[in-house]
Amino acid sequence: MSNETTHALAFSPQDLPKTESFFKPHRIVLIVLFVGLVLAIAIFMRWDWLPRYLPRLGNGILVSLAMLFSTSILGFLLAIPLGLVQVTGPWLLKGPARLFCTVIRGTPLLLQLWLLYYGLGSLFPQFPAIRQSFLWPYLREAWPYGVAALTISFAAYEGEVMRGAFAGVPQGELEAARAYGMRRWTMFRRIWLPRAVHRALPTLTGETVLQLKSTPLVATITVIDVYAVISKVRQETFLTYEPLILLALVYMCLTGLLVLAFRYFENRIPTRGA
Amino acid sequence: MDSFVNWSLLALSAPGWGGALLQGFLHSIEIALGGYALGLLLGISGAFGKLYGGPVLRDLLECYTTIVRAVPELVLILLLYYAGTDLLNQLLGLLGLGAVDISGLMAGIFVIGVVQGAYSTEVLRGAIRAVPAGQIEAARAYGMSPAKVLRRITLPAMLPYALPGLSNLWLIATKDTALLAVVGFAELTLVTRQAAGATKAYFLFFCAAGALYLALTLVSNAVIGVIERHARRGFVEQR
Repeated sequence: MSNETTHALAFSPQDLPKTESFFKPHRIVLIVLFVGLVLAIAIFMRWDWLPRYLPRLGNGILVSLAMLFSTSILGFLLAIPLGLVQVTGPWLLKGPARLFCTVIRGTPLLLQLWLLYYGLGSLFPQFPAIRQSFLWPYLREAWPYGVAALTISFAAYEGEVMRGAFAGVPQGELEAARAYGMRRWTMFRRIWLPRAVHRALPTLTGETVLQLKSTPLVATITVIDVYAVISKVRQETFLTYEPLILLALVYMCLTGLLVLAFRYFENRIPTRGA
Repeated sequence: MDSFVNWSLLALSAPGWGGALLQGFLHSIEIALGGYALGLLLGISGAFGKLYGGPVLRDLLECYTTIVRAVPELVLILLLYYAGTDLLNQLLGLLGLGAVDISGLMAGIFVIGVVQGAYSTEVLRGAIRAVPAGQIEAARAYGMSPAKVLRRITLPAMLPYALPGLSNLWLIATKDTALLAVVGFAELTLVTRQAAGATKAYFLFFCAAGALYLALTLVSNAVIGVIERHARRGFVEQR
């Protein structure tokens, strides 16, 4: 079974075009056609709403990026113990971790999001203790539920990757560390974790791109990200295509930037034979 | 309250919502199956176009897979849902036929199929390249026509390499159907939300829907395991 491959092939650094051998005669024709299409879209479609919404759009992009980075980092921190206990933990921890990964990966993110938002959101006000706690102002907002759902989802998918990565670190390296007299914790910190993270890095790019593509779901629970701003534009201007085309363009740029950033970091990590 | 959970809400007949949930679940499965099949067709033609097509076709396919893989499914679903129905109606108008009302089911299958097509193009392209070139050359040397090479050699030989990716895609297809709730198609997630909103039993209904999705995933996993064992039967067991 394919437990290692948790997702479809995400957009990865290898998919970016290379500068050499890019310009060929047919490509130049295609590029001219494409520029013509873009010009036609720019001229013949309505874009007069754009300046009015630009500040809100910028805000929305920032919210989307904040969602992406906070949930990816939190999710990755959760994924490390999840992967580790599935490899070495006692059955008492191994079972729940495996169950968590299976359940989260087996149900749609939208359902989890709505379960947290509508379910917990309707449950919390019934308890006076929660209503009076300092957390209440935050729990009344929508974004903590979005962050929670996206974090859990990322942790489950990446936890599965980390399980494979921890299991894939060669036994000899761990035995060598033990032979040097390292304690378990030192061995984990110095050898096992860095090697596992290194092994998991290539999939991390794909997972992060997929996480970016999941962020618009939080708009369905009233978080104002870039997708929600565009929905607002569509409601107010009665335009269908123009805002959606712009939205697709925004996400393509974000994905491209993300992939470029990851490629830069991956190239900085020295590998054998490079 | 005598019991914390009011199970009668899940009853199959009218006051309970169980029947509606199962109906939505059926719609979800239908869309997933249809979309997956359409995606496979697109994927096979896309993979062959990318591997053996001319330079222009290759570049266009590259654009297709890149755009679909870089834009969120939710945005694609909105774009394709509106654009797809709009374009079809305009086309029918040009041909002098009246506008048709496209059912949500067909639109959903189309949308999921186009999205899946891009991913399966990539999966199948990788799998076809993993087939040893000698096998295809041998088939050509025997005088088989390209269609016969495809049917007898390439497709069966690439299957073991493609299955892990394809089974992943199936699981993704079942979960992507939930996104159609956003465009108002009555599949499982939307029905669940309506039921939960009407009865205020949020946890019960969302957990029930989650159990249905999970059951679908687990059953799919079991079936996939059987198919994989069958497809890999000639292979040396690695391990």
